[in-house]
Amino acid sequence: MTVAHDPDSKFAEYAHPERLVSTEWLAKHLSDPELVVVESDEDVLLYETGHIPGAVKVDWHLDLNDPVTRDYIDGEGFARLMSAKGISRETTVVIYGDKSNWWAAYALWVFTLFGHSDVRLLDGGRAKWIAEERETTKDVADAQPTDYPTVERVDSGIRAFKDDVLDHLGNPLIDVRSPQEYTGERTHMPDYPEEGALRGGHIPGADSVPWARAAAEDGTFKSRADLAAIYQDEKSLSPTDDVIAYCRIGERSSHTWFVLNHLLGFEKVRNYDGSWTEWGNAVRVPIVKGEAPGEVKQA
Amino acid sequence: MSEELPQALQEIAADFAALSTQDRLQLLLEFSEGLPELPTRYTDHPELLEPVPECQSPIFVIAEVTGSGADAEVKIFFSAPPEAPTTRGFAGILNEGLADLTAQQVLDVSMDLPQRLSLGEAVSPLRLNGMGGMLTRIKRQVREKAEL
Repeated sequence: MTVAHDPDSKFAEYAHPERLVSTEWLAKHLSDPELVVVESDEDVLLYETGHIPGAVKVDWHLDLNDPVTRDYIDGEGFARLMSAKGISRETTVVIYGDKSNWWAAYALWVFTLFGHSDVRLLDGGRAKWIAEERETTKDVADAQPTDYPTVERVDSGIRAFKDDVLDHLGNPLIDVRSPQEYTGERTHMPDYPEEGALRGGHIPGADSVPWARAAAEDGTFKSRADLAAIYQDEKSLSPTDDVIAYCRIGERSSHTWFVLNHLLGFEKVRNYDGSWTEWGNAVRVPIVKGEAPGEVKQA
Repeated sequence: MSEELPQALQEIAADFAALSTQDRLQLLLEFSEGLPELPTRYTDHPELLEPVPECQSPIFVIAEVTGSGADAEVKIFFSAPPEAPTTRGFAGILNEGLADLTAQQVLDVSMDLPQRLSLGEAVSPLRLNGMGGMLTRIKRQVREKAEL
Protein backbone atom coordinates (compact mmCIF):
# COMPACT_ATOMS: atom_id res chain seq x y z
CA MET A 1 0.00 0.00 0.00
CA THR A 2 1.29 3.39 -0.85
CA VAL A 3 0.19 6.67 0.60
CA ALA A 4 -2.82 8.32 -1.07
CA HIS A 5 -2.06 11.00 -3.66
CA ASP A 6 -2.35 14.70 -3.13
CA PRO A 7 -5.69 15.68 -4.73
CA ASP A 8 -4.57 19.29 -5.28
CA SER A 9 -6.39 20.71 -8.33
CA LYS A 10 -3.22 22.20 -9.87
CA PHE A 11 -1.57 18.77 -9.85
CA ALA A 12 -4.66 17.10 -11.33
CA GLU A 13 -3.91 18.89 -14.62
CA TYR A 14 -0.50 17.22 -14.97
CA ALA A 15 0.06 13.96 -16.80
CA HIS A 16 1.18 12.26 -13.58
CA PRO A 17 -0.36 14.15 -10.66
CA GLU A 18 0.84 11.48 -8.25
CA ARG A 19 4.43 12.71 -8.67
CA LEU A 20 3.88 15.94 -6.71
CA VAL A 21 2.73 16.85 -3.24
CA SER A 22 2.06 20.29 -1.79
CA THR A 23 3.56 21.62 1.43
CA GLU A 24 0.08 21.53 2.94
CA TRP A 25 -0.39 17.86 2.05
CA LEU A 26 3.04 16.95 3.38
CA ALA A 27 2.45 18.74 6.68
CA LYS A 28 -0.63 16.56 7.19
CA HIS A 29 1.12 13.31 6.25
CA LEU A 30 4.41 13.65 8.13
CA SER A 31 3.55 10.98 10.66
CA ASP A 32 2.44 8.44 8.07
CA PRO A 33 4.62 5.36 8.68
CA GLU A 34 4.64 4.45 4.99
CA LEU A 35 6.16 7.76 3.97
CA VAL A 36 9.78 8.89 4.21
CA VAL A 37 10.76 12.48 3.48
CA VAL A 38 14.18 12.98 1.90
CA GLU A 39 16.06 16.28 1.74
CA SER A 40 18.54 16.62 -1.11
CA ASP A 41 20.37 19.92 -1.49
CA GLU A 42 23.20 21.53 -3.30
CA ASP A 43 24.46 22.86 0.03
CA VAL A 44 25.50 19.86 2.08
CA LEU A 45 24.94 21.65 5.41
CA LEU A 46 21.44 23.00 4.86
CA TYR A 47 19.82 19.90 6.31
CA GLU A 48 21.82 20.41 9.51
CA THR A 49 20.55 23.99 9.87
CA GLY A 50 17.02 22.60 10.23
CA HIS A 51 14.85 20.29 8.12
CA ILE A 52 11.30 19.02 7.86
CA PRO A 53 10.61 16.91 10.97
CA GLY A 54 11.49 13.28 10.32
CA ALA A 55 13.25 13.99 7.01
CA VAL A 56 16.44 12.09 6.20
CA LYS A 57 19.30 13.51 4.13
CA VAL A 58 20.56 12.13 0.84
CA ASP A 59 23.49 14.01 -0.67
CA TRP A 60 24.14 13.81 -4.41
CA HIS A 61 27.95 13.98 -4.06
CA LEU A 62 28.40 11.77 -1.05
CA ASP A 63 25.54 9.28 -1.31
CA LEU A 64 24.40 8.95 -4.94
CA ASN A 65 27.68 9.18 -6.83
CA ASP A 66 30.27 6.43 -6.92
CA PRO A 67 33.34 7.87 -5.20
CA VAL A 68 35.76 6.56 -7.84
CA THR A 69 34.12 6.09 -11.24
CA ARG A 70 32.08 8.94 -12.69
CA ASP A 71 28.81 7.06 -12.31
CA TYR A 72 26.05 6.45 -9.83
CA ILE A 73 26.23 3.90 -7.06
CA ASP A 74 25.30 0.31 -7.93
CA GLY A 75 22.36 -1.78 -6.78
CA GLU A 76 24.11 -2.90 -3.62
CA GLY A 77 25.11 0.62 -2.73
CA PHE A 78 21.58 1.86 -3.31
CA ALA A 79 20.12 -0.93 -1.16
CA ARG A 80 22.56 -0.03 1.64
CA LEU A 81 21.65 3.64 1.35
CA MET A 82 17.92 2.96 1.38
CA SER A 83 18.20 0.67 4.36
CA ALA A 84 20.22 3.24 6.28
CA LYS A 85 17.58 5.86 5.55
CA GLY A 86 14.69 3.66 6.66
CA ILE A 87 13.26 3.32 3.15
CA SER A 88 11.81 0.02 1.97
CA ARG A 89 10.92 -0.87 -1.59
CA GLU A 90 7.25 -0.02 -0.96
CA THR A 91 7.88 3.25 0.86
CA THR A 92 6.39 6.44 -0.53
CA VAL A 93 9.35 8.80 -0.81
CA VAL A 94 8.86 12.57 -0.97
CA ILE A 95 11.98 14.50 -1.92
CA TYR A 96 12.56 18.22 -1.45
CA GLY A 97 15.57 20.49 -1.67
CA ASP A 98 17.09 23.90 -2.29
CA LYS A 99 17.49 25.74 -5.61
CA SER A 100 13.93 25.06 -6.84
CA ASN A 101 14.38 21.34 -6.32
CA TRP A 102 17.30 20.84 -8.78
CA TRP A 103 18.98 18.27 -6.60
CA ALA A 104 15.68 16.87 -5.40
CA ALA A 105 14.72 16.23 -9.04
CA TYR A 106 18.16 14.76 -9.64
CA ALA A 107 17.74 12.42 -6.64
CA LEU A 108 14.26 11.48 -7.87
CA TRP A 109 15.74 10.64 -11.24
CA VAL A 110 18.42 8.45 -9.63
CA PHE A 111 15.75 6.70 -7.51
CA THR A 112 13.93 6.06 -10.78
CA LEU A 113 17.05 4.44 -12.30
CA PHE A 114 16.68 1.86 -9.53
CA GLY A 115 12.98 1.47 -10.24
CA HIS A 116 11.77 2.80 -6.90
CA SER A 117 8.15 3.16 -7.86
CA ASP A 118 6.59 5.72 -5.54
CA VAL A 119 8.84 8.74 -5.43
CA ARG A 120 7.44 12.27 -5.44
CA LEU A 121 8.65 15.85 -5.26
CA LEU A 122 7.51 18.50 -2.82
CA ASP A 123 6.29 21.32 -5.07
CA GLY A 124 8.23 24.47 -4.19
CA GLY A 125 10.86 22.55 -2.27
CA ARG A 126 12.65 23.71 0.81
CA ALA A 127 12.23 27.43 0.14
CA LYS A 128 8.43 27.22 0.09
CA TRP A 129 8.29 25.18 3.31
CA ILE A 130 10.51 27.74 5.04
CA ALA A 131 8.65 30.74 3.56
CA GLU A 132 5.40 29.37 4.94
CA GLU A 133 7.06 29.17 8.36
CA ARG A 134 6.29 25.52 8.70
CA GLU A 135 7.94 23.44 11.38
CA THR A 136 11.60 22.50 11.08
CA THR A 137 13.93 20.70 13.42
CA LYS A 138 17.61 19.99 13.84
CA ASP A 139 16.84 16.57 15.35
CA VAL A 140 17.93 13.66 13.25
CA ALA A 141 15.49 10.80 13.70
CA ASP A 142 16.89 7.30 14.05
CA ALA A 143 15.97 5.49 10.87
CA GLN A 144 14.94 1.86 11.25
CA PRO A 145 17.09 -0.21 8.87
CA THR A 146 15.03 -1.95 6.21
CA ASP A 147 15.47 -4.99 4.05
CA TYR A 148 15.73 -3.08 0.78
CA PRO A 149 16.41 -5.51 -2.08
CA THR A 150 19.46 -5.22 -4.32
CA VAL A 151 18.00 -4.00 -7.59
CA GLU A 152 20.39 -3.30 -10.44
CA ARG A 153 20.16 0.12 -12.01
CA VAL A 154 18.45 0.27 -15.38
CA ASP A 155 20.01 3.10 -17.35
CA SER A 156 18.50 2.43 -20.74
CA GLY A 157 15.13 4.12 -20.36
CA ILE A 158 15.81 7.53 -18.90
CA ARG A 159 19.57 7.97 -19.05
CA ALA A 160 21.59 8.86 -22.14
CA PHE A 161 25.33 8.41 -22.58
CA LYS A 162 27.54 10.31 -25.00
CA ASP A 163 27.26 7.64 -27.69
CA ASP A 164 23.47 7.69 -27.35
CA VAL A 165 23.55 11.44 -27.92
CA LEU A 166 25.77 11.04 -31.00
CA ASP A 167 23.26 8.52 -32.41
CA HIS A 168 20.43 10.86 -31.50
CA LEU A 169 21.75 13.93 -33.39
CA GLY A 170 18.99 15.33 -35.59
CA ASN A 171 16.32 14.42 -33.02
CA PRO A 172 15.02 16.72 -30.28
CA LEU A 173 17.65 17.86 -27.79
CA ILE A 174 17.09 20.41 -25.08
CA ASP A 175 19.91 22.42 -23.59
CA VAL A 176 18.68 23.72 -20.23
CA ARG A 177 21.74 25.80 -19.33
CA SER A 178 21.93 29.59 -19.24
CA PRO A 179 21.91 31.44 -22.58
CA GLN A 180 25.60 32.34 -22.12
CA GLU A 181 26.56 28.71 -21.72
CA TYR A 182 24.46 27.76 -24.74
CA THR A 183 26.11 30.27 -27.06
CA GLY A 184 29.57 29.34 -25.84
CA GLU A 185 30.28 32.73 -24.34
CA ARG A 186 30.90 30.86 -21.08
CA THR A 187 32.09 27.31 -20.55
CA HIS A 188 30.49 27.07 -17.14
CA MET A 189 27.51 28.33 -15.26
CA PRO A 190 28.10 31.64 -13.53
CA ASP A 191 29.57 30.73 -10.11
CA TYR A 192 30.52 27.15 -11.00
CA PRO A 193 33.93 27.35 -12.67
CA GLU A 194 35.37 24.26 -11.06
CA GLU A 195 33.22 22.06 -13.24
CA GLY A 196 34.27 23.82 -16.40
CA ALA A 197 34.85 22.50 -19.86
CA LEU A 198 37.56 23.05 -22.43
CA ARG A 199 35.14 24.04 -25.18
CA GLY A 200 32.02 26.21 -25.13
CA GLY A 201 28.81 26.03 -27.11
CA HIS A 202 26.07 23.44 -27.48
CA ILE A 203 25.31 20.09 -29.08
CA PRO A 204 24.26 20.58 -32.74
CA GLY A 205 20.51 20.88 -33.11
CA ALA A 206 19.85 21.44 -29.41
CA ASP A 207 17.20 23.99 -28.57
CA SER A 208 17.81 26.34 -25.66
CA VAL A 209 15.19 26.18 -22.91
CA PRO A 210 16.77 27.25 -19.62
CA TRP A 211 15.39 25.00 -16.86
CA ALA A 212 14.09 27.93 -14.83
CA ARG A 213 11.44 28.70 -17.41
CA ALA A 214 9.52 25.73 -15.97
CA ALA A 215 9.54 27.18 -12.46
CA ALA A 216 7.40 29.94 -11.01
CA GLU A 217 8.97 32.62 -8.82
CA ASP A 218 8.27 30.69 -5.64
CA GLY A 219 10.07 27.62 -7.02
CA THR A 220 6.88 25.65 -7.68
CA PHE A 221 6.29 24.17 -11.12
CA LYS A 222 4.30 26.26 -13.56
CA SER A 223 0.82 25.08 -14.50
CA ARG A 224 0.43 22.47 -17.19
CA ALA A 225 -0.94 25.04 -19.63
CA ASP A 226 2.07 27.33 -19.07
CA LEU A 227 4.49 24.42 -19.48
CA ALA A 228 2.77 23.25 -22.67
CA ALA A 229 3.02 26.78 -24.04
CA ILE A 230 6.81 26.63 -23.69
CA TYR A 231 7.74 23.11 -24.71
CA GLN A 232 4.90 22.16 -27.07
CA ASP A 233 3.78 25.46 -28.64
CA GLU A 234 6.97 27.52 -28.67
CA LYS A 235 9.45 24.65 -29.15
CA SER A 236 7.09 22.43 -31.18
CA LEU A 237 7.89 19.32 -29.20
CA SER A 238 5.34 16.54 -29.08
CA PRO A 239 4.74 14.07 -26.20
CA THR A 240 5.62 11.22 -28.55
CA ASP A 241 9.03 12.71 -29.44
CA ASP A 242 12.24 11.06 -28.35
CA VAL A 243 13.91 13.85 -26.33
CA ILE A 244 17.27 14.15 -24.59
CA ALA A 245 17.90 16.94 -22.09
CA TYR A 246 21.29 18.02 -20.79
CA CYS A 247 22.97 20.75 -18.77
CA ARG A 248 26.36 20.75 -17.04
CA ILE A 249 26.34 17.61 -14.92
CA GLY A 250 22.71 16.54 -15.27
CA GLU A 251 21.12 18.21 -12.27
CA ARG A 252 19.23 21.06 -13.93
CA SER A 253 18.26 18.75 -16.77
CA SER A 254 16.76 16.35 -14.20
CA HIS A 255 14.37 19.19 -13.39
CA THR A 256 13.45 19.48 -17.08
CA TRP A 257 13.26 15.68 -17.39
CA PHE A 258 10.74 15.70 -14.53
CA VAL A 259 8.69 18.40 -16.24
CA LEU A 260 8.60 16.69 -19.63
CA ASN A 261 8.07 13.18 -18.35
CA HIS A 262 5.85 13.53 -15.30
CA LEU A 263 4.09 16.84 -15.81
CA LEU A 264 3.64 16.95 -19.60
CA GLY A 265 3.49 13.19 -20.15
CA PHE A 266 6.30 12.86 -22.72
CA GLU A 267 6.87 9.16 -23.16
CA LYS A 268 10.56 9.03 -24.02
CA VAL A 269 12.77 11.55 -22.28
CA ARG A 270 16.34 10.82 -21.35
CA ASN A 271 18.70 12.84 -19.20
CA TYR A 272 22.27 13.04 -20.48
CA ASP A 273 24.07 13.30 -17.14
CA GLY A 274 27.52 13.48 -18.72
CA SER A 275 26.23 16.77 -20.09
CA TRP A 276 28.53 19.64 -20.94
CA THR A 277 31.29 18.59 -18.54
CA GLU A 278 31.66 15.54 -20.76
CA TRP A 279 30.69 16.88 -24.18
CA GLY A 280 32.70 20.10 -23.82
CA ASN A 281 35.80 18.07 -22.94
CA ALA A 282 35.37 15.19 -25.38
CA VAL A 283 37.64 14.92 -28.40
CA ARG A 284 36.10 15.41 -31.87
CA VAL A 285 32.45 15.66 -30.93
CA PRO A 286 30.56 18.29 -32.95
CA ILE A 287 29.84 21.63 -31.25
CA VAL A 288 27.88 24.66 -32.39
CA LYS A 289 28.50 28.16 -31.08
CA GLY A 290 26.06 31.05 -31.08
CA GLU A 291 22.34 31.45 -30.64
CA ALA A 292 21.09 29.16 -33.41
CA PRO A 293 20.68 25.40 -32.80
CA GLY A 294 22.87 24.79 -35.85
CA GLU A 295 23.08 22.09 -38.45
CA VAL A 296 23.71 18.44 -37.80
CA LYS A 297 26.37 17.29 -40.24
CA GLN A 298 26.04 13.69 -41.26
CA ALA A 299 29.27 11.79 -40.82
CA MET B 1 53.60 20.58 0.71
CA SER B 2 52.97 20.53 4.43
CA GLU B 3 54.18 23.96 5.41
CA GLU B 4 53.11 24.78 8.91
CA LEU B 5 49.83 26.62 9.24
CA PRO B 6 49.44 29.65 11.50
CA GLN B 7 48.52 28.57 15.00
CA ALA B 8 44.80 29.36 14.89
CA LEU B 9 44.36 27.46 11.62
CA GLN B 10 46.49 24.63 12.97
CA GLU B 11 44.14 24.33 15.94
CA ILE B 12 41.06 24.41 13.73
CA ALA B 13 42.53 21.67 11.53
CA ALA B 14 43.32 19.57 14.62
CA ASP B 15 39.77 20.05 15.93
CA PHE B 16 38.26 18.80 12.66
CA ALA B 17 40.71 15.90 12.44
CA ALA B 18 39.70 14.65 15.89
CA LEU B 19 36.00 14.35 15.00
CA SER B 20 33.81 11.80 13.25
CA THR B 21 32.52 12.74 9.79
CA GLN B 22 29.10 13.68 11.15
CA ASP B 23 30.60 15.81 13.91
CA ARG B 24 32.81 17.58 11.37
CA LEU B 25 29.62 18.77 9.71
CA GLN B 26 28.36 20.01 13.05
CA LEU B 27 31.57 21.92 13.68
CA LEU B 28 31.36 23.44 10.21
CA LEU B 29 27.81 24.46 11.04
CA GLU B 30 29.07 26.17 14.20
CA PHE B 31 31.56 28.15 12.13
CA SER B 32 28.73 29.02 9.79
CA GLU B 33 26.54 30.27 12.61
CA GLY B 34 29.44 32.14 14.19
CA LEU B 35 30.31 34.17 11.11
CA PRO B 36 30.03 37.80 12.24
CA GLU B 37 27.67 40.24 10.56
CA LEU B 38 29.22 42.74 8.21
CA PRO B 39 29.90 46.14 9.75
CA THR B 40 27.51 48.82 8.47
CA ARG B 41 30.23 50.53 6.43
CA TYR B 42 29.98 47.50 4.15
CA THR B 43 26.29 46.62 4.44
CA ASP B 44 25.68 50.18 3.20
CA HIS B 45 28.22 49.72 0.38
CA PRO B 46 28.12 46.12 -0.82
CA GLU B 47 29.91 47.16 -4.02
CA LEU B 48 33.13 47.43 -1.98
CA LEU B 49 33.21 43.66 -1.51
CA GLU B 50 34.63 41.24 -4.04
CA PRO B 51 32.57 38.27 -5.23
CA VAL B 52 34.07 34.76 -5.08
CA PRO B 53 32.79 32.88 -8.12
CA GLU B 54 34.41 29.56 -7.15
CA CYS B 55 31.77 29.17 -4.48
CA GLN B 56 28.48 27.65 -5.49
CA SER B 57 26.64 30.26 -3.46
CA PRO B 58 27.02 34.02 -3.41
CA ILE B 59 29.79 35.11 -1.10
CA PHE B 60 31.66 38.37 -0.93
CA VAL B 61 34.91 39.16 0.77
CA ILE B 62 37.01 42.21 1.55
CA ALA B 63 40.40 42.47 3.22
CA GLU B 64 41.14 45.71 5.01
CA VAL B 65 44.83 46.44 5.29
CA THR B 66 46.22 49.07 7.67
CA GLY B 67 49.70 50.21 6.79
CA SER B 68 51.87 48.59 4.18
CA GLY B 69 54.55 45.97 3.93
CA ALA B 70 54.92 42.58 5.56
CA ASP B 71 53.76 43.72 8.98
CA ALA B 72 50.61 45.55 7.82
CA GLU B 73 47.51 44.69 9.82
CA VAL B 74 44.81 42.68 8.05
CA LYS B 75 41.12 42.48 8.84
CA ILE B 76 38.85 40.38 6.68
CA PHE B 77 35.08 40.61 6.30
CA PHE B 78 32.71 38.17 4.65
CA SER B 79 29.13 38.22 3.53
CA ALA B 80 27.16 35.09 2.64
CA PRO B 81 23.45 34.31 2.94
CA PRO B 82 22.03 31.90 5.54
CA GLU B 83 20.83 29.60 2.71
CA ALA B 84 24.50 28.86 2.01
CA PRO B 85 25.71 27.40 5.31
CA THR B 86 28.62 25.45 3.79
CA THR B 87 30.04 28.57 2.20
CA ARG B 88 29.42 30.50 5.41
CA GLY B 89 31.20 27.74 7.31
CA PHE B 90 34.29 28.06 5.10
CA ALA B 91 34.19 31.82 5.62
CA GLY B 92 33.86 31.28 9.37
CA ILE B 93 36.98 29.12 9.39
CA LEU B 94 38.97 31.75 7.50
CA ASN B 95 37.54 34.50 9.69
CA GLU B 96 38.78 32.82 12.84
CA GLY B 97 41.90 31.26 11.39
CA LEU B 98 43.25 34.42 9.74
CA ALA B 99 42.37 36.79 12.58
CA ASP B 100 45.24 38.93 13.88
CA LEU B 101 47.68 37.85 11.19
CA THR B 102 49.99 40.26 9.43
CA ALA B 103 49.88 40.71 5.68
CA GLN B 104 52.88 38.43 5.14
CA GLN B 105 51.43 35.76 7.43
CA VAL B 106 48.20 35.77 5.39
CA LEU B 107 50.19 35.45 2.17
CA ASP B 108 52.14 32.56 3.65
CA VAL B 109 49.06 30.45 4.41
CA SER B 110 49.41 27.27 2.38
CA MET B 111 46.99 26.99 -0.54
CA ASP B 112 46.31 23.40 0.41
CA LEU B 113 44.55 24.61 3.55
CA PRO B 114 41.13 23.33 2.37
CA GLN B 115 42.59 19.83 1.96
CA ARG B 116 44.05 19.92 5.47
CA LEU B 117 40.75 20.32 7.29
CA SER B 118 39.62 16.67 7.00
CA LEU B 119 36.41 17.83 5.34
CA GLY B 120 36.64 15.93 2.07
CA GLU B 121 34.51 13.04 3.25
CA ALA B 122 32.01 15.27 4.98
CA VAL B 123 31.35 17.77 2.22
CA SER B 124 33.05 16.21 -0.86
CA PRO B 125 36.35 17.45 -2.32
CA LEU B 126 34.58 19.39 -5.08
CA ARG B 127 32.80 21.61 -2.61
CA LEU B 128 36.12 22.50 -0.97
CA ASN B 129 37.18 24.39 -4.08
CA GLY B 130 35.13 27.35 -2.92
CA MET B 131 37.34 27.83 0.09
CA GLY B 132 40.44 27.95 -2.10
CA GLY B 133 38.72 30.65 -4.15
CA MET B 134 38.15 32.74 -1.05
CA LEU B 135 41.74 32.35 0.08
CA THR B 136 43.06 33.28 -3.37
CA ARG B 137 41.03 36.48 -3.41
CA ILE B 138 41.98 37.41 0.14
CA LYS B 139 45.65 36.97 -0.67
CA ARG B 140 45.40 39.03 -3.84
CA GLN B 141 43.67 41.88 -2.02
CA VAL B 142 46.23 41.76 0.78
CA ARG B 143 49.15 41.71 -1.67
CA GLU B 144 47.81 44.74 -3.53
CA LYS B 145 46.78 46.75 -0.51
CA ALA B 146 49.94 46.04 1.49
CA GLU B 147 52.01 46.65 -1.66
CA LEU B 148 53.88 43.40 -1.25
